[in-house]
Amino acid sequence: MKTNFPRSLQTVIIVLVAVGLVALALGGYFNPVSSWFTRLTVDAQTWISTRYLAVVDFLTVPRDVATLRQRNSELEAEVAQLQAQVIDLQQKVTETNILSALVDFARANPNYSYKAAAVIGKDPSPFLSYVIINIGSDQGILPGMPVVTDKGLVGRVDAVITEGARVQLVTDAASAVNVQLQSSKTEAMLIGSVTGDLSLDMISQDATVTIGDVVLTSGLGGSYPPNLLVGQVISVRKQATELFQQADIQPNVDFNQLSYVLVITNFAPVDITPLVATPGP
Amino acid sequence: MRRGILVGIPVLGLAIMVQTSIIGRINLLNGAADLVLLILAAWGLQERVRSAWVWGAAAGLLVGFISGTPWYIYLVGYLVVVGMARSLAHRVWQAPLLAMFTVTLIGTLVLLMLTYLERSLLEVPLVFNLSFVRIILPSILLNLLLAIPIHALIRGLANLLHPAEVVS
Repeated sequence: MKTNFPRSLQTVIIVLVAVGLVALALGGYFNPVSSWFTRLTVDAQTWISTRYLAVVDFLTVPRDVATLRQRNSELEAEVAQLQAQVIDLQQKVTETNILSALVDFARANPNYSYKAAAVIGKDPSPFLSYVIINIGSDQGILPGMPVVTDKGLVGRVDAVITEGARVQLVTDAASAVNVQLQSSKTEAMLIGSVTGDLSLDMISQDATVTIGDVVLTSGLGGSYPPNLLVGQVISVRKQATELFQQADIQPNVDFNQLSYVLVITNFAPVDITPLVATPGP
Repeated sequence: MRRGILVGIPVLGLAIMVQTSIIGRINLLNGAADLVLLILAAWGLQERVRSAWVWGAAAGLLVGFISGTPWYIYLVGYLVVVGMARSLAHRVWQAPLLAMFTVTLIGTLVLLMLTYLERSLLEVPLVFNLSFVRIILPSILLNLLLAIPIHALIRGLANLLHPAEVVS
């Protein structure tokens, strides 16, 4: 059937209908319909998208696991490397702290010249309290030189090779050091033992020794310079039947944790052997 | 024998370094294990080994050079250990671990007693009971603890250097 409307009228009607629809839409009359349509569209879109992503996941996950595993191993290697760096840096910090304390000690005692050394070993014999340090005659080290840390007296150099030296600790059973009590200026003999304990002997019975007295080297005998800190008195043994008093000493230096030491290089020990009286004929 | 001597130099050198830097610092009371003694005992117990005496002499001189004790103490002590090990290797070869324990026990005792006597002769004030309880017994115990792993390692080394002859 052929319509009798002219073409221009058709256009006008369409435009009017369109304008009417737009006006109705703007007026909110189509909201229920548009909401239903939008919800339907979104649901459909969600369903399609979810299925698509599931398919994509299914196809790509194996590759991702391999990638993740590789990345994980890379990160683990990096973590291990960083942990090693952290340990290394912590060790360096510890060493720096120790060396810094030694430098402070050297600055506080400028009348001596020092050479710093690392403790690299211990005497193989458990009967001897000796340590091995990593500087020797090439660095000007000589037998008899006193060895200290920032905490106090350690011992003295016993033997030297070109790049190393053996140090006899004051805790060695054969070690004997002339000391004095700081408060009373009482002279005494510091002796070591096989157990590593330090004690004082040859303390006059008249002397007053109290717990907590600070023990310093006296310089007598010429083996050690005077006024090097040794430790503190922790107990006193005084018996009327004995010639001398004895005392136990808590050393200031932790001899089990020795890692760096200072060798006093400008102190020449005096050999008093020729002056020691020998029994006559 | 030449191979044994050539291998002995780095093995003993490494053992002495480990002894002075690590093992010597691990103390039980005041005692410490003696890695070199254990290696010499285990090496001496290997039947096909011919260089045990050379190892003993070299180790004795090296340790004697490093230690504050006179050089002859370690030389004599280690040679005694090797001598015991060699004699036991031929007698109780069926029970190598028993032989290892025996050599370790007696060898440690001999070496430490030699050191104790030497120090005493130098008038170093040592109390025997204290030395025995704090140094000698703990050292023996530590050596006995390390005896089995060291024996296994050294036996492996000996088998590597001196493989058993196959009789066809």
